[in-house]
Amino acid sequence: MPENKKHIALFIPCYVDQFYPKVAIATLELLEKLGCQVTYPMGQTCCGQPMANAGYERDTVATTKHFIRIFKDFDYVVAPSGSCVLHVKEHAPAIAGMEKEQSELHDKIFELTEFLTDVLKIENIKGSFPHRVGYHASCHGQRGLRLSASSELNQTPFNKAKQLMVNLEGLEWVELKRKDECCGFGGTFAVSEEALSIQMGKDRLADHQAQQVEILTGGDMSCIMHLQGIAKRNGNPIQFKHIAEILNEAIS
Amino acid sequence: MSHPIQAAEFLQDQAKSKWHDETLWFVRDKRDKISKSVPEWENLRDLASQIKDNVLANLGKYLEEFEKNAKANNIHVHWAKDAEEHNRIVLGILQEKRCKAIVKSKSILTEECHLNPYLEKNGVEVVDTDLGERIVQFLNQAPSHIVLPAIHLKKKDISEIFHEKLHTEKGNEDPDYLTHAARIHLREKFLSAKVAITGVNFGVAETGEFVVCTNEGNADMGVHLADVHIACMGIEKIIPKRAHLGVFLRLLARSATGQSVTNYTSHFRSPSPGKEIHIVLVDNGRTAQLARPKFKNSLKCIRCGACMNTCPIYRRSGGFSYESTVPGPIGSILSPGIDLQKHSSLPFASTLCGSCTDVCPVKINIHEQLYEWRQEITKAQPDRAKSLAMKIANGVFAVPFAYNLSGNMMRGALKILPDSITYSGLNTWGKQRDLPELPKESFKDWYKKNRK
Repeated sequence: MPENKKHIALFIPCYVDQFYPKVAIATLELLEKLGCQVTYPMGQTCCGQPMANAGYERDTVATTKHFIRIFKDFDYVVAPSGSCVLHVKEHAPAIAGMEKEQSELHDKIFELTEFLTDVLKIENIKGSFPHRVGYHASCHGQRGLRLSASSELNQTPFNKAKQLMVNLEGLEWVELKRKDECCGFGGTFAVSEEALSIQMGKDRLADHQAQQVEILTGGDMSCIMHLQGIAKRNGNPIQFKHIAEILNEAIS
Repeated sequence: MSHPIQAAEFLQDQAKSKWHDETLWFVRDKRDKISKSVPEWENLRDLASQIKDNVLANLGKYLEEFEKNAKANNIHVHWAKDAEEHNRIVLGILQEKRCKAIVKSKSILTEECHLNPYLEKNGVEVVDTDLGERIVQFLNQAPSHIVLPAIHLKKKDISEIFHEKLHTEKGNEDPDYLTHAARIHLREKFLSAKVAITGVNFGVAETGEFVVCTNEGNADMGVHLADVHIACMGIEKIIPKRAHLGVFLRLLARSATGQSVTNYTSHFRSPSPGKEIHIVLVDNGRTAQLARPKFKNSLKCIRCGACMNTCPIYRRSGGFSYESTVPGPIGSILSPGIDLQKHSSLPFASTLCGSCTDVCPVKINIHEQLYEWRQEITKAQPDRAKSLAMKIANGVFAVPFAYNLSGNMMRGALKILPDSITYSGLNTWGKQRDLPELPKESFKDWYKKNRK
């Protein structure tokens, strides 16, 4: 059976469901345009990451069990978030009695861009997006899921998001001075270390601005929510889109 | 004070914190470039990590082998279970030699043991001979970085302190001029010291020798002019064989400063005729850390400082914000093992971005250990949840929509966010950031209408 005929579950992080339905819609439409059969399981809630990263992984056992039950019967689980996918794979607590289901889930859950490049084997997407685009590599996607080569490592360069976007007609891909520096969101870090978080965000924005970026994109809306919040407060005209929105718009 | 308060203070001086960030980024960038000039770089990191795995699994065996071989080389070997015993041993040697003034090259271990104030209290003058360390010693400060001790200071600051202490021309900030003045000053100290103290980068079990790496040659200058050399070594600095040095020395300087090798890599094996070498092997919490399965890998550290240079937090908050001898990411996983209460904010001084782990030459999973320390700290400090919830209050997680998140997630969330849904005071998120605009409907609502 071709990969896109398999049954795919859409996992939409809780804050994307609440704050950024347009990103979830773009993800769904994009996968559908690529011929996938996608279902959004209505019972889904949250992966438990905010609690675990704050030091309360032990309190996410029920959340994790629920997550496994909701998604266990699908062939693939795809989410427009590297961070939440990394949490499910690496930090969700081991659930006794569900070892098999949990281990299978770890193998079949994918962040959106890696699902497109690694499972659907899409070399590049045909479409048009005539804008100057800066890419923010979220750390959990970058160094957690290895969605692109890390500047720290001695490895052959690759970038799954770039691979998908770079051949879009009219798209100008921007190289940043610090291509994979953290934006300072960091979940609860954003409030527990507010001063640092803001400074890191401002520094990231300045790098994009220095390269005259028109639209800042990325695979994690949490980073983008933080950067957009700072940009708006400071009257910075840069626009923000999730990569799913760019790819979905480009195809249509 | 906790890390967030210190960090916010450091960021008050915007120009200086920007300079600090850019200076350390420059070092990180040099490290990136030189590490990519070694095709087998990632293999070297694997190998170094594996050698250290072996060391940690057989630490006792290698230490005893080292002791035996060092003694055979006429080195006096001492064992110290903690900082206090280490300091007493060092003082005992100095008193026996009737030594009232020593020179010391860089040793983070002696910082950790607070040797300087202890010796000074007992009437011994201590002169740190590493230029950066001498500068912070003049200011009565601790190093703010383990490799670049005075990185928090600018030329102007150093010119001022040298004017005061060494009577250099007021306002002369020329690095050559200032370095020359320091050299003359230190030379006098070298010539008069009977005892020289150094740290140890590597102790070789197979040969009983040890290796000290410096860029300034100050360790050698001190040791060769003195009658007695005291080397202070953390027990985790042991490596099994001399051949393993080839792996670590290729990684150390490249990771630390982007140099291919330190200017001086000095091997000490046995004392010259008429002279003495003492080595003090120090535990000071290391065996306790070794007994913690999730955290024992932190003992692989070779103190290169690469995780500090790459850390977006360290670069913008400075070394002092950590209030621990070893700052930065590695300090944040070592220090809670020494004093959990005092250092409880450190594992949270991170976005878990993982850059530290990727630069680490011995592949310590630093960001994963930060995550694991968080789990430990919340158990030890039940009040933490409440204060965190207050900060998050009215922020991202507390929108009315949160009620819609059903069942298990909210039950989990409520444990850490008990007041956040109703609390309406401080909004930390919104102080310098806008909240996202609330859409008309959630995706869930949209999906119900459009797909089913």
